[in-house]
Amino acid sequence: MSTMTSPPAVTSRQGSAPKSWMSSRFTAIAILIAVLALLPLVLPNAFYFDLVIRIMINAVIAIALNLLIGYTGQISLGHAGFFGIGAYGSAILTARYNMPPLLSLAIATLAAAALAWLVAGAILRLKGHYLAMATLGLGIIISIILNNEAAWTGGPDGMSVDTFRMFGLRLAGEQSWYWMFAGLLVASIVLAQNLVDSPAGRALQALHGSEVAASVVGIDTAAFKTRVFVVSAGTTAAMGGLAAFYMGFITPNLAAFQHSIELMTMVVVGGMASVYGSVFGAALLSLLPQALARVEGWETVIFGFILVGTMIFMPRGIVPSIAALLRKKDA
Amino acid sequence: MLKIENLSRSFGGVHAVQGVSFEVPQGVVYSVIGPNGAGKTTLFNLITGIYTPTAGHITLQGESIGGMAPNVLAARRMSRTFQNLQVCMNLSAVENVMIGAHLGLNSRLFAGMFRWPGLIGADRVCRARAEELLAFVGCEKYIGLQANSMPYGALKRLEIARALAADPVILLLDEPAAGLNNTETHEVEQLIQKLADSGITIVLVEHDMKLVMNISDSILVLNYGKKLAEGLPEEIRTNPEVITAYLGGEMEGV
Amino acid sequence: MAQFLQFVFSGITVGATYALAALGFSIIYNASGIINFAQGEFMMIGGMAAVFLAAAGIPLPLAIVLAVCIVALTGLIIEKLMIEPARDAEIVSIIIITIGISMILRGLVEVFLGKANHALPSFSGEKPLAVLGATILPQSLWVLGVSTLLVVVLGFFFGRTRTGKAMLAASYNRLAAQLVGVNTNSVLLLSFILSATIGAIGGILIAPIATTSYDAGLMLGLKGFVAATLGGLGNGLGAVVGGLFLGLFEAMTAGYISSAYKDAAPFILILLILTFRPQGVFGAKQTDRV
Repeated sequence: MSTMTSPPAVTSRQGSAPKSWMSSRFTAIAILIAVLALLPLVLPNAFYFDLVIRIMINAVIAIALNLLIGYTGQISLGHAGFFGIGAYGSAILTARYNMPPLLSLAIATLAAAALAWLVAGAILRLKGHYLAMATLGLGIIISIILNNEAAWTGGPDGMSVDTFRMFGLRLAGEQSWYWMFAGLLVASIVLAQNLVDSPAGRALQALHGSEVAASVVGIDTAAFKTRVFVVSAGTTAAMGGLAAFYMGFITPNLAAFQHSIELMTMVVVGGMASVYGSVFGAALLSLLPQALARVEGWETVIFGFILVGTMIFMPRGIVPSIAALLRKKDA
Repeated sequence: MLKIENLSRSFGGVHAVQGVSFEVPQGVVYSVIGPNGAGKTTLFNLITGIYTPTAGHITLQGESIGGMAPNVLAARRMSRTFQNLQVCMNLSAVENVMIGAHLGLNSRLFAGMFRWPGLIGADRVCRARAEELLAFVGCEKYIGLQANSMPYGALKRLEIARALAADPVILLLDEPAAGLNNTETHEVEQLIQKLADSGITIVLVEHDMKLVMNISDSILVLNYGKKLAEGLPEEIRTNPEVITAYLGGEMEGV
Repeated sequence: MAQFLQFVFSGITVGATYALAALGFSIIYNASGIINFAQGEFMMIGGMAAVFLAAAGIPLPLAIVLAVCIVALTGLIIEKLMIEPARDAEIVSIIIITIGISMILRGLVEVFLGKANHALPSFSGEKPLAVLGATILPQSLWVLGVSTLLVVVLGFFFGRTRTGKAMLAASYNRLAAQLVGVNTNSVLLLSFILSATIGAIGGILIAPIATTSYDAGLMLGLKGFVAATLGGLGNGLGAVVGGLFLGLFEAMTAGYISSAYKDAAPFILILLILTFRPQGVFGAKQTDRV
């Protein structure tokens, strides 16, 4: 027992920053930056650039989704819907209204965020399977709209998207897109890790651990759930818009339920409440279809087995499970 | 400090708390006891805003607080712990305590993401205080640990430290000694005494009669959601109705 | 009026299928708190197996019985191999597992039976019957009749038999049920076999009306989930009413508003309902215990 006789008052003494952790965080981002900088030297052709770009797009979304699912503990089975709003919003605004791409992207992102904010109040009160149901429904409604409103979206056949121009520069070719998405990925990792290690991030994790306990210390749980939902939806929509400009052609499939599942799977298989887990999950799930293309027809089956296997043998996801294993070895 | 008038709450047809009134003066240790299912935790949930009362009034420092949300009440410096542990197992001990200081920090999402000026400094100060609080409740050796690797008894005290991080004027402890051994119970008793001595008003729900009798200034006995008796520990100990309610069982050996 | 009646007929026919799907969800949810996203695949496999067995020359009634057995066996294997080992995982993990299972089943059917659409022969002819100016397919009567029978049998099973009561007891309080000697693991196993069986029957009944293919289970399953949620998860009667209501709502939307948005109707409905009643129409309000 301590010898203090009353609880310590608010002081100005500064606590020790968790040093080892800070430095490991710094090392990790440095390694990632180095890898991203050197990768273009070894990527043989446009196909591989495209693959890495797709990984990076998915990774940014998975990181944002992980804030919602892994850290805050709220399920979403409908995030592809926000991806679709971002993609189609950007495409339609540039094609039909001649808006500059960057402005279209901003408007589409804000629209998705506004929709997320509007529905958040109603659906984030829900828990567990009811929340899964509501987010799933929202995503499916968006995807059905994109399929049906052919006059705007081109229907199931899809639509082409203008080239992306920014400040008079034309962004085209795998190389320039690569650097842009690489920058976004690094920024997302830094921002997400900053957030997780801040009062707001702790509040999110606290309400994941126990909503009642969180509210008793003054955390407005509903407001925090809404904010993280809006941030993750907005990020997903922004990436959807950028992906649309990058791909040049979009179909409603990118808003489909299956895409929502893919996104959630990246988070859960890679590792809940782990930023690098999301990056790993995104890489794994983007590479798998390529690796499985040779066993035509079996890819869905193998994909399914990977999901089931990971959840049974590493329920916390691959990266946290391996990290825990390494820690055990150290000790 | 805290005044409860005719407080009632029913779930469906079950009257969990029925017309209960009492007053907790500033700076005392006020205990609520009663057999299992007497409505003690429901009473706590009503006071801290987790349930809304069906009827009655709750007044904190002269202001009516009935029906206010828990997070609003926290701003009025009311804090509590839980009967069943409500700890965030994925966070470290220190981070769990820091959660208690939520209201004193800038908790905007974007402030966190972009490391707003002042945020890091405030967070360091908060961490230092959290470490001190952990030491204060006797958890200094767990400071760097993840909550999920701490023993049960330490987690119970971690909850107290988290509640203290909110700098409360009134602290509600729901069975702080439940599941603890004799030594640990004694430590918790000393801890509560220290808190009371420092001027925090304590409302305590506890089954360990020895602890309750030792540190309470006043005791309220609930039975079937109703007030059965109220008085000094000595009066409660000898109250025949109370003894009947407990069927002698838990009062033995006191 | 005749048109309205026509919509009602098609609505309750599809609704009966949704009701069976929703019952499948409810039974497993009750036994374990799990939402089985592979429920639609149980229905799809039922339909596909019956189609292929019948096409192989096996008489239709026998093909149907065999198909049901195949799906029941699938339910058993899945529960043993993939659900039981993850018994205590988080909700998200279990959702992912059942989604994984649905992919495995869908993929296997795709690999072995192909991607084509198939229709099962109607049980007793294709000639529509005229009722009050509207027409109804004989197969619809089969759907309604067998579904009603199934609901009655299930009602008897859960209300009167020892095993059924044990399953219900386990859903109220797993620990308490264990203490009085209910084996909750066999309850879970039984719930999967039962749900698979009901799903298979539903899938076979509807296969002559709506064609079936390897991916037919996806929407069917999701709508079954909507119907189950509508009725309040785990509420058997709610599931049946929810399924029928959903079928009618969808048929009316298709008939009077827009057939293109028929598939969106259930999801719009459930979003509205969850907004105003977060626990479903028949669900009981839950409060956290702290």
